[in-house]
Amino acid sequence: MSALMTGWLRNDGRKGIRNTVLIAYLVECAHHVCKKIAREFPETDVQVIGFSGCFPSPYGQDMMEALCTHPNVGAVQLVSLGCENFRKADLVRAIEASGRTVNLITIQQTGGTRSAVDAGRAWVRDTLAALAQIPRVPMEPSELVIGTICGGSDATSGLTGNPAAGRAFDRLVTEGATCIFEETGELIGCEHVMAARASTPALRNELIATVKKAEHFYAAMGYGSFSQGNATGGLSTIEEKSLGAYAKSGDSEICGILRPAERAATGGLYLLDVVPDGAPKFGFPNINDTAEIIELISCGAHAVIFVTGRGSVVGSAISPVLKVCANPDTYARMSEDMDVNAGRILTGDATLSEVGDEIYNKLVALGTGEMTASEDLGHTEFVLTYKNPTQADPGCHTAT
Amino acid sequence: MPIEELNFVRLLHLHPRDNIAVLAQDGKKGASAKLLETELILPCDLPMGHKLAIGPIGKGTEILKYGAPIGTATCEIMPGDHVHLHNIKSQYTVIEDMEAGQT
Repeated sequence: MSALMTGWLRNDGRKGIRNTVLIAYLVECAHHVCKKIAREFPETDVQVIGFSGCFPSPYGQDMMEALCTHPNVGAVQLVSLGCENFRKADLVRAIEASGRTVNLITIQQTGGTRSAVDAGRAWVRDTLAALAQIPRVPMEPSELVIGTICGGSDATSGLTGNPAAGRAFDRLVTEGATCIFEETGELIGCEHVMAARASTPALRNELIATVKKAEHFYAAMGYGSFSQGNATGGLSTIEEKSLGAYAKSGDSEICGILRPAERAATGGLYLLDVVPDGAPKFGFPNINDTAEIIELISCGAHAVIFVTGRGSVVGSAISPVLKVCANPDTYARMSEDMDVNAGRILTGDATLSEVGDEIYNKLVALGTGEMTASEDLGHTEFVLTYKNPTQADPGCHTAT
Repeated sequence: MPIEELNFVRLLHLHPRDNIAVLAQDGKKGASAKLLETELILPCDLPMGHKLAIGPIGKGTEILKYGAPIGTATCEIMPGDHVHLHNIKSQYTVIEDMEAGQT
């Protein structure tokens, strides 16, 4: 490795490859104030996240806590309207306990939009100056947590980008890093192939149960996974389609299943179960790629490999998104948004292993000051919705 | 289109165990596709992503891609045959061939 990785050491022993200040709204009503605060600062330093819902949600609470104490986060500015149901005192305590500085602005107490924006900007300005003084420490690839996702897929995704991402995963797992793959709904049909890679017999059964749950969920919602477009693209069976997505996981032993906002205890390869338990009640478990990316980040992912064929442009708040373009034509058209051209495998200009190595090297380089294309373009997408809702009394309550 | 592109198509063999290979580019009927020692002739016009048998596959045999089964052969498949909905059956759920009857 040419340049050495460095990171910011956190109290829990994890290291961040970014030192971002988050501006977080605790209900949609505080979102505008957050955007106004952040507008004064570069996207690389200050990013907006938040939870829109007013009714309480254990999932939303857990996700916000995991994201606000993510290793890539240096400090947090929380913005509350004042009458929402979010347990903000708990969130403040969790952030403080993690050793990060946190500032809570409650708009109804501060005096309104303008005064809240002014107070927030002043705090962020001081905090950025303080964060800039914190030295970095050496970091190893084994300390990385990396997620993988595919979106805007086409017939090339399963042939080039996904297997190449799998090669990068194999290399990372060998070094002791933590790797997370997901999309259980797209693993229907290959659960037995996946289960054969489980580290224990108990995990084997859990992996199968996780995919069965996803199958049940999608069936209840009336969503089929295999389309005529898939057949036209050369796919013959649901197993074949799923294996194309599954290829992102590589060949390593699978050592556990994570739920959103849950951290891996050790290095190794994990499946993220994105489908809620219980009777299916809503539409898709995640409404778009960004919701899925945010769940990977909530499990501590320092960066996410995003394989795309048709050409996604998204990045993310908190962690860099490394775009692997599976289709050479898409790459030629949209290279400004792409980090890796896996389409070279189709044109005969590179092997799967070579592209896998390129993905690995670019991930490591994120810890030496390199930025992804989406970071450079200022992408900081964020989505967090309800999941596993618990029924609560509707209506407003008094601020606590 | 240059003549060599009409006469030769690249194949991807995704896993050493696979009994099929995938077209890395669109190919015309009669074009030659080579994989190590084996030379296959495209039986029909096929787009990128479609599969060719790289050896004989007996009826009931598993079709392997990524080294894993994607279904079983519903008839005897010869080297170079297009492997798709007409000669492969999911072991999981039945996929309707929506184009059958139209062609």
